[in-house]
Amino acid sequence: MVRARRWESLAQGMFIVPAAAYLLLFFGYPIVKNIVMSFQQYTPATFYTGAAPFVGVENYSRILSSDLFPKVLLTTVLFTAGSLFVQFVLGLAFALFFQRRFPLAGVLRSLLLLPWLLPLVVSGTTWRWMLDTDSGVVNSTLRHLHLLPSGIPWLTGTSQALVSVILINIWVGIPFNTTILYGGLQDIPTHLYEAAKLDGAGPVKSFRHVTWPLLRPVVSVVVVLGAVYTVKVLDIILVVTGGGPADATETLATQSYELSFQQFEFGRGAAMSNLLIVISLVFALVYLRANRRAKNA
Amino acid sequence: MKRAPKRGWPSTIVGIFLLALMLFPVYWMVNASLQPAGNALYGAWFPFHPDFSGYATALRDQGRNLVTSLVVALGSVALSLVLAAPAAYALAQFRLRGTNLVVFGVLITQMVPSIVVANALYSAYTDLGLLNSYLGLILADSTAGVPFAIIILRSFMQGIPREIIDAARVDGAGRLRVLRSVALPVSVNALITTALFTFLFTWSDFLFALTLTTTETVRPITLGIYQYIGAHTNQWNAIMATAVLASVPAAVLLVVAQRHVAAGVTSGATE
Repeated sequence: MVRARRWESLAQGMFIVPAAAYLLLFFGYPIVKNIVMSFQQYTPATFYTGAAPFVGVENYSRILSSDLFPKVLLTTVLFTAGSLFVQFVLGLAFALFFQRRFPLAGVLRSLLLLPWLLPLVVSGTTWRWMLDTDSGVVNSTLRHLHLLPSGIPWLTGTSQALVSVILINIWVGIPFNTTILYGGLQDIPTHLYEAAKLDGAGPVKSFRHVTWPLLRPVVSVVVVLGAVYTVKVLDIILVVTGGGPADATETLATQSYELSFQQFEFGRGAAMSNLLIVISLVFALVYLRANRRAKNA
Repeated sequence: MKRAPKRGWPSTIVGIFLLALMLFPVYWMVNASLQPAGNALYGAWFPFHPDFSGYATALRDQGRNLVTSLVVALGSVALSLVLAAPAAYALAQFRLRGTNLVVFGVLITQMVPSIVVANALYSAYTDLGLLNSYLGLILADSTAGVPFAIIILRSFMQGIPREIIDAARVDGAGRLRVLRSVALPVSVNALITTALFTFLFTWSDFLFALTLTTTETVRPITLGIYQYIGAHTNQWNAIMATAVLASVPAAVLLVVAQRHVAAGVTSGATE
């Protein structure tokens, strides 16, 4: 009897083993390996000689004390916060708009998803072409309207490049925010709005006292999930500006890539990406709490 | 079908205007792809005389990379479903010890930046000879598909009534047969959603293509575009034509599987 039960749970376990093994190899191993690598010194020669001596916390101290680090951290924060805030506000505006019943609403709502579904390299390339200082459509339109005779160096100006990259990332993120928030709005029972109306509440009041409080759990999920995705964005920045000009659009993620795969300093690259993991994990914990609250609500 | 109220039309006009604004870059990509080569200054607003030479160049230079992306994406869909379907079924229907731990682990994987995985895989792949291989890319790209598939399929399979499963068991079907002939057929919608999204994730992958390939033998289309920008900045029509070709799966998905797309976005985020 005991044997049969053990056999049974073994048979059941076999359903999970392949997937669990995959996850351990392709997530567990990389995380552990990154921690180990971050204490080693890699050079371009390491892949021929295999020599990667342990250097203690030197990789971390070199990263943290480098002149570039404060700037990279600030850029990461501005990129994440700027993208999140604007894409949330515009996403919510779209979601509220689509709550009205009008012809073609469903078709328009699903077409809106297109920017989010396109490969980021494709979006990045298109925007790069549109924002080109001399021949891009944005500047040539501004010139035709006689708004700006010389044009804005969207991607080549040190102060404009970060704004441009954030704008592109916002464009990518709006559809996601709209879809999730629209779903949340649909779950709010209509009789609550009717009750608010009977009590004499206008649109603003009913948004403040009905929509917002009931949408709060979904809002936290959208924002935290957005933060987790945004903080590790690499594709757009690499395609559009390559981190430049003059490191103006370097973030923790792009720095980690460059240290490892362009300078072959895998130790410092790993240390940098571990910082990224710590930030993501903080968001992850917030997310899991927010999600539990959303489900209980 | 409910008839839409007549008074809604002003909102439709506003909606179309907003959509046109949001989708302008997509229009511009298609427009630029149909311009003649070397027309860098002031591309026309509309391709009155569409020129397909950009597509000819794109297919000549990047045709192989499109096929590579297709192979890798299909491979990753197959691998993700084969690994995730039994696991999702077990996590949804069996009362195994450690289920919560596994589910928690799967959720945590969503927070791991790909650059971390790429950092570690590069040296492992160098030793194993998996750099520049289809298998290497399929395995790495499935880091997006496998956890996503487990999450979506599990949440769907939790809704399968126990009676159906128990009935099949009483009839003498083994666990694997119940999965194959009961659980999977009733989950077909969730399987389609999962497969479509896994395909898109892999098709769009850039980071693993960038870090785990070093030669031209196995080069996905995203990397092809990236290197195109560096090499031919005067041939924007060919670059844009390649971008249009790389957008085809997303566009097809949106038209053919609208319902599945919205379902995938929502359930992926709130589970």
